[in-house]
Amino acid sequence: MLHYLEQDLKSGTPASRTLIENVSRRSFLGGALTVSGFVMAINVAPAGAREALKSYPTGAAGMPHGVITDPKIFIAISDKGDVTIVTHRSEMGTGIRTSLPLVVADEMEADWTRVKIDQAPGDEPKYGNQDTDGSRSMRHFIQPMRQCGAAMRQMLEAAAAAKWNCDIGQCKAQLHEVVNTESGEKLGYGELAQAAMSLPVPALETLKFKSQDEFRYMRKGEAKIYDLHDITTGKAIYGADIRLPGMKYAVMARPPVVGGKIKSVNSEATKKVPGVEGVFEFAGPDAPPYKFAPVGGVAVVANSTFAALKGREALEVEWDHGANAVYDTETYTKAMYETAKKPGKVIRNQGDVDKAFAEAKDTFVGEYHQAHMAQAPMEPLVAVARIVDGKVEVWAPVQSPFGARKDIAEALKIPIENVTVHVTLLGGGFGRKSKWDWMIEAVHISQKIGGAPVKLQWSREDDIQHSFYHTTSVERIEMAIDAKGKVTGWRHRSVAPSIVSTFAPDSGYQFNIEYGMGFADMPFEIANVRCENGEAKAHARIGWFRSVSNLPRAFAVQSAVAELAHKLGRDPKDMLLELLGSDRVIDPKAAGFPEDFWNYGEPYPEFPINVARLKGVVNLAAEKAGWGKTLPAGEGLGIAVHRAFASYVAMVVHVKIDKDGTIRVPEVTAAVDCGFYVNPERIRSQMEGAAVMGMSAAAYSAITFKGGAVEQSNYADFQVATMANFPQKVSVHIVEPKEGHHAGGIGEPGVPPFAPAFANAIFAASGQRLRSMPMGDKIKV
Amino acid sequence: MTVKITVNGRAEAVEAELDTPLLWVIRDELGLTGTKFGCGVAQCGACTVFVNGQPRRSCVTPIGTIPDADITTIEGVSDKVAKAVQAAWTEIDVPQCGYCQSGQIMSAIALLSEIDKPSDRDIDLAMNGNVCRCCTYHRIRAAIHDASKRMEG
Repeated sequence: MLHYLEQDLKSGTPASRTLIENVSRRSFLGGALTVSGFVMAINVAPAGAREALKSYPTGAAGMPHGVITDPKIFIAISDKGDVTIVTHRSEMGTGIRTSLPLVVADEMEADWTRVKIDQAPGDEPKYGNQDTDGSRSMRHFIQPMRQCGAAMRQMLEAAAAAKWNCDIGQCKAQLHEVVNTESGEKLGYGELAQAAMSLPVPALETLKFKSQDEFRYMRKGEAKIYDLHDITTGKAIYGADIRLPGMKYAVMARPPVVGGKIKSVNSEATKKVPGVEGVFEFAGPDAPPYKFAPVGGVAVVANSTFAALKGREALEVEWDHGANAVYDTETYTKAMYETAKKPGKVIRNQGDVDKAFAEAKDTFVGEYHQAHMAQAPMEPLVAVARIVDGKVEVWAPVQSPFGARKDIAEALKIPIENVTVHVTLLGGGFGRKSKWDWMIEAVHISQKIGGAPVKLQWSREDDIQHSFYHTTSVERIEMAIDAKGKVTGWRHRSVAPSIVSTFAPDSGYQFNIEYGMGFADMPFEIANVRCENGEAKAHARIGWFRSVSNLPRAFAVQSAVAELAHKLGRDPKDMLLELLGSDRVIDPKAAGFPEDFWNYGEPYPEFPINVARLKGVVNLAAEKAGWGKTLPAGEGLGIAVHRAFASYVAMVVHVKIDKDGTIRVPEVTAAVDCGFYVNPERIRSQMEGAAVMGMSAAAYSAITFKGGAVEQSNYADFQVATMANFPQKVSVHIVEPKEGHHAGGIGEPGVPPFAPAFANAIFAASGQRLRSMPMGDKIKV
Repeated sequence: MTVKITVNGRAEAVEAELDTPLLWVIRDELGLTGTKFGCGVAQCGACTVFVNGQPRRSCVTPIGTIPDADITTIEGVSDKVAKAVQAAWTEIDVPQCGYCQSGQIMSAIALLSEIDKPSDRDIDLAMNGNVCRCCTYHRIRAAIHDASKRMEG
């Protein structure tokens, strides 16, 4: 996600150009066919209902190293016919390691049971962009992977045509073999592999793609996740499961306050702990911005993880806490509420808001708050590093292996070629593992012990207390209402420390990426709109958490709609549909969006804000949930909708309040319109997970600071939803895509609508309106 | 100190301080990495193993407190219940990232060994100490019911 920032530095929206065909690296023809013969051959349309590519531009072209579509990079076929497909995106639970190779396999007519998957190391010049974040993997790589697969299929068909000395038009690839449609002869992929691989890769404009009715795996949802067997038998390899001969174990004590420094260290007791072999001090960065640099501290190296942990416990460290020791959540939150009462920097302006409020018959004001959160993936951060002959090798569960590789090379002042980053499975990520501070720590520790292999393990306490936190925020929404009960003015003030403070001197203001997440892109058909950003300086490292600023914005905007409905005596769903207004594609200019409006990095004409799609998911979720049905006392339904990462998700949450005030969620009904989709089974699992993680954020999770240090330390005080209380049922309804509705994101968009739908349902069930996340799972009765 | 334990049917003599949690013996000394570290304080269940047939959080079980214990990890489960659970997990595609699933599966085997037809409430009570941050709870519950049915056959 660092590249969001790099993208931001470029002007305007990313270049609207078609996908790059990386011809420069193609080798010229060897083997049986002549160049002209091959070109002639592939100009003949292959058999079957295959279509020319209706390609569309995506933000992928604007990402560092863009896309690579070379099948020789991504596909290998052995002479026995085993197909290996390389996946260059990190698997952290979305199923991407299955879903993208499935696209390749389908398009090349491979038999999925004969496909092996290889995980690419961090090498973007070779594989294209590898930042597995921003819900981009399918959005950006469905097309390139279809191209890879189609090119491979045509190469196999061309190789068969050469062997049979026949027209390529009668060679049809079909489930791991090429069939001669005239003679009925067959050649397996293994028999064709060598000849096919020696052919040049056909150019994009000559590729033919399978039509949807020919899909074997795409859109079916029948393939199991690739690592399923290994996971259920304990064989899957995550970061901590890497073991190297002679490997040492390390943990670190870090400054409790970010920016803090070591004053003094007494390691005498530590050195007496059996198994402890060394204690090393590391200075942190001199001053903000901290970027992804390690924060410094004291490393304890031992012959086992437990000895290292015990050694750390015995350390006596005095810290100079530095400037961020002033950070106190209680004071800071009060200040945010005050700031939100005052005019801020105008980010979006449409019509005349002041006039609308001056002429209003009535007004609405709602203030919504969210605490900081840590991502707290189940696998704490961990990395194994070694340095041999000046060459660094690191194994880690990392979302951005190439960014990590670049920074490791810079930290050690060695050429990037001398750094290898291997990607293991990730035990969850949620944004934390798109940073790589801990990997640099591991390399620095290895350096101190002569390059010996070392596993740096973070404890859960380290994870909770040294994260890059989800921002804390106050979102204040005001509405002007005329005599007819129509909303004529909308003023939204957002106050939150910005992610940009992690990377650049902190102006106290957010930037276009945060503005683009449910704030400046507010889709309601209201004549006068102003979005303002109030100042809030950061005193902690702010980072990405699944769905980022969309979480507090959806909570505020969608809660405010239900509050307005109550005020006006309207049905919340009808109110929502009325505010969304007419079916239209929003014109950013006419709506007063900022000049540098950020549309998740996607070209706006291809991925516009389509209000009909928002309304479509609202209606679908409402219908499936039985909106309007009579419920017993103490129960209620709440609804919310949100567009994020170019996908549209509506949720209806059913809340039931127990006699003691405990809030239960018997059912969540989700409607998702993510455009063209590949793996409906994993879309469902992402939505199920998003609803429960949505409940963690809505009801349980908060990070608070006192004296600049995090007050929580483990799952006992940084709470998440467990089976003690979680949404009991999640029904997921996927909208069939229309022509031109390109693949949107799936990993993140399910999270934002939960909290407001939950709050709205609590209100419907109890009459109590909760406006501060986490809301808890109990109301006063 | 040398501590004798049996792990997945194999007798092991482990050199370790007596306060060393079983988790680190299993992972660092014996190299069995299916058992996961999640919290270190028995709050997440990722490290669940069987000690003398009973589910235990290995991260808070000092090796010195379980001399001669018979230990089973995810790599060693093989009885009818375990097979039913693993088959159900596969059928229902439970895992997302998968990191907590060894612990989930161990807890599910423990539950089904005790109650062969658990209710939703039995499941929630037995499993609420196993955190899944990907939030696969629905499928875990469905898979336990499915495993229960498979055990009938």
